[in-house]
Amino acid sequence: MNISTLLRQGVLTVRVEGELDMHVADEFRQVVDNAIDSYGVKNLILNLQGVSFIDSSGLGVILGRYKRINPAGGRILATDVQPQVAKIFELSGLLKIMKIYETESHALECL
Amino acid sequence: MEIRNQVKMSIQSLSENVGIARITAAAFAAQLDFTLNEIEEIKVAISEAISNAVIHAYGHPDGIIEFTMNLYDDKVEYIITDIGKGIEDINLARQPSYSTDPERMGLGFVFMESFMDELDILSKQGQGTTVMMAKKFQSNVAH
Repeated sequence: MNISTLLRQGVLTVRVEGELDMHVADEFRQVVDNAIDSYGVKNLILNLQGVSFIDSSGLGVILGRYKRINPAGGRILATDVQPQVAKIFELSGLLKIMKIYETESHALECL
Repeated sequence: MEIRNQVKMSIQSLSENVGIARITAAAFAAQLDFTLNEIEEIKVAISEAISNAVIHAYGHPDGIIEFTMNLYDDKVEYIITDIGKGIEDINLARQPSYSTDPERMGLGFVFMESFMDELDILSKQGQGTTVMMAKKFQSNVAH
């Protein structure tokens, strides 16, 4: 899995490539938490263009990040979500706390 | 019903192997003309079952998970067996949001149930767990 983080207009953007399962969940958690702490950001855009697979471990690690930023009013916005991943989001109920946008710029406009 | 093909794997309880197991399961299922969507569903169900064995049954890398795949004319069947901790209360474990860890959603069995047509779980505390699941193949060709 590849994860890159960048700060744009005070928003942390995380781009992920690969399959988001238990094998990569720890790395995802560490990279994103480090970026949240070092940039001191509130909101997070999750670009999932390169994510072809997700299961409950992947959902769990996203939920965990939400629980971390939400007490300060932070939100997670997902973008570029592939259909099979969007379906899992929908079934899991995660869309109640995380909205899906077409692109990063759409998401940025909504913050 | 007669088994047309069978593959058996012994999987060490390492997180790396979750991906290997689901890719193998998908390749095995592709012998029937499942849709891509159905293959994706199988991948998620297998990922959940193998992850459960790695995380909950063993929690260490020295466990062995036996993974059997059976192909029938009209369905594909997967049997995942561990000799780990076992599940205390299967009915409780099958409930959504059954998880003590805030980083987990407790959806493993929910996904297995929604994405497969058959799901049976046998478990005994201290002895291990066997998960049997199958997905039926509906031919799209009308005769």
